[in-house]
Amino acid sequence: MADMSTTLAGAALPNPVMTASGCAANGQELHRFLPVSELGAFVTKTVMRDPRSGRPTPRMAETASGMLNSIGLQGPGIDAFCAKDLPWLAEQGARVLVSVAGTTAEEFGEVVQRLVASPAWECVIGVEANISCPNVANRGLVFACDPGSSERVVQIVRTRVPEGVPVFAKLTPDVTDIVAIADAALGAGADGLTMINTLLGIVIDTDLLRPQLAGVTGGLSGPAVRPVAVRAIWQVVAAMRAGTLPVAPVIGVGGVRTGADALELVAAGASAVQVGTATFNDPDAPRRVLTELEAELDRHGLARFADAVGIAHERMVRL
Amino acid sequence: MSSGVVQVAGEVVANRRVGAYQQLTLLAPGVAGLARPGQFVALAVGGPTSANLLRRCFSIHRVEEAGSDGGTVDVVVAAHGPGTRWLTALGPHDAVDVVAPLGQPFPLPAEPVACVLVGGGYGSAPLFWLAEALRERGCHVEMVLGAASADRLYGVAHARDVADGVSVTTDDGSAGTRGRVSDVLGEVVERTSSVVVYACGPMAMLRAVTEVSAAYGAVAHVAVEESMACGIGVCMTCVMPVTGDDGVTRMVRSCVEGPVFRGDRVRWDAFDGGVCRVPDDAVGAPRAGGH
Ligand SMILES: Cc1cc2nc3c(=O)[nH]c(=O)nc-3n(C[C@H](O)[C@H](O)[C@H](O)COP(=O)(O)OP(=O)(O)OC[C@H]3O[C@@H](n4cnc5c(N)ncnc54)[C@H](O)[C@@H]3O)c2cc1C
Ligand SMILES: Cc1cc2nc3c(=O)[nH]c(=O)nc-3n(C[C@H](O)[C@H](O)[C@H](O)COP(=O)(O)O)c2cc1C
Ligand code: FES
Repeated sequence: MADMSTTLAGAALPNPVMTASGCAANGQELHRFLPVSELGAFVTKTVMRDPRSGRPTPRMAETASGMLNSIGLQGPGIDAFCAKDLPWLAEQGARVLVSVAGTTAEEFGEVVQRLVASPAWECVIGVEANISCPNVANRGLVFACDPGSSERVVQIVRTRVPEGVPVFAKLTPDVTDIVAIADAALGAGADGLTMINTLLGIVIDTDLLRPQLAGVTGGLSGPAVRPVAVRAIWQVVAAMRAGTLPVAPVIGVGGVRTGADALELVAAGASAVQVGTATFNDPDAPRRVLTELEAELDRHGLARFADAVGIAHERMVRL
Repeated sequence: MSSGVVQVAGEVVANRRVGAYQQLTLLAPGVAGLARPGQFVALAVGGPTSANLLRRCFSIHRVEEAGSDGGTVDVVVAAHGPGTRWLTALGPHDAVDVVAPLGQPFPLPAEPVACVLVGGGYGSAPLFWLAEALRERGCHVEMVLGAASADRLYGVAHARDVADGVSVTTDDGSAGTRGRVSDVLGEVVERTSSVVVYACGPMAMLRAVTEVSAAYGAVAHVAVEESMACGIGVCMTCVMPVTGDDGVTRMVRSCVEGPVFRGDRVRWDAFDGGVCRVPDDAVGAPRAGGH
């Protein structure tokens, strides 16, 4: 059996499989199916400063091997999160990657400041800055679509998170050059990257002949986007290997449903993998993916998970 | 959260046609002992490599706690889109992954009061074992079943077995009184001096049932049907505006806090044209200059 442990910028995890932000709420519901402490890390729903109602419904549309969602970052706000959700996760013995966001760079900072002050902070193994959300100060343009905005957010988050706890910037693939955004985030002090968030899409209801989502656009996720995730990870890790981008761990996310899917992201360069939409299909998916990934590594005769990270870059046929 | 929930590899025991619907009996060990009327199942569709990833939710029609094989659960399915078409085409021994029981059940009255149970189309499916549970407590139970046409009524004969009185309506008059359930509900509530109304069916019906119940001095408990992606409370797609005990409206998950809500707590004013807005006074509603 392969050694499944992984280390993400100093954060040592017993295994590389995590939930994905927004696909496992804050743990209590999923815990009925799979103990949150068994996960490499539990990734929380993106939390903002104030309570948010989210967007009108319908908020989802099923698509071929995927779905669109327009939840609109519904959540209780950072104070309620620190009072209720984080202590519960700490009690369960979960390792927690907390996803944070703000409508401005300053709001990101405020959220992190209150998070760090939480008595349950010790269960936090990292902070994921969800910069794939709209920046009110920049006409609602997603932070992660602009290197400058990405830099400002990461800088603020990094200064507010105590040293030794890594900060990951979560990137959107909806950009012309994801390596440029990765560069901006790492340059601003991010210790690692999470790739990818959802891709923007629209579904038309062919009975009503109007967009199916009340909010018109939504984020596409699920197995349908997996090749996009693999490509994004590949491009960024290739740049790291070429020496044109600082070397940093990548957490892969996008379309993972099976252990073989996870292995694709890992072979492209991911040091950990998050399971999102597949959890809606199978609440046990994160645990099953881990078991299947172990079997995949055994099949390839790899003794350590770490040996599989980025392996596809070495196996290319030279043309 | 009420009782426990299990995920089990289920198996079709029977699949039979009932009017416009298919009634599926699923072997699902562990579900029957946990389930209460009003709760639902979330079924995976299309098998392990299905391109339809989202769970399909169905009210529990009945359960049977059997000895050796671990118990069954019945659902009544209307073929609609790809998921329900796949389910209704299953045969004996076919596999279906079952997550159940989910959501909050219908609250039962402490006293043996008179109740009216209202079902629209397949919405009557969860009402029969509710009727049995109420009768066991000494409640007088009447049922009102309605549908667009006679073939879309579900369980009229069954209703006569489990209820003290049954009224039927159809939009086209092909069975019972021509019209809607809400057209006859007031008379039934008044005649039976009912204080509680239970209802399951389309949103517009639930709203009308809530209004008629209130007008006749009864409390309505309605089981809603919102679009759900997971059914287990992790995705936030199934939310709707509901006012809490504190008088504050929140966008709550209908799969966890529902599907049964007090009708007078649902913000019906937010539903229009197949869309549900976030009321301006809801917690965290978008503000000017906000999100
Ligand atoms: C609590 C609850 C109880 C239900 N009970 C029954 C029942 O007893 N019998 C029955 O026939 N149907 C019932 N439904 C509706 C049933 O879930 C949908 O008809 C079904 O999911 C549609 O799937 P589809 O693949 O046929 O259609 P599609 O439109 O292709 O479904 C696509 C997606 O939208 C969701 N969806 C679409 N329509 C609905 C809907 N009306 N409600 C919820 N989700 C929807 C599906 O889950 C799926 O994720 C219930 C729904 C809920 C929420
Ligand atoms: C319903 C839903 C809600 C999501 N909410 C968030 C969120 O709050 N924050 C975030 O960073 N990503 C969010 N995501 C994106 C996922 O974390 C993930 O990046 C994306 O779905 C791709 O992975 P998947 O294909 O495994 O789902 C959400 C995705 C879905 C489907
Ligand atoms: S259906 Fe996913 S939270 Fe209710």
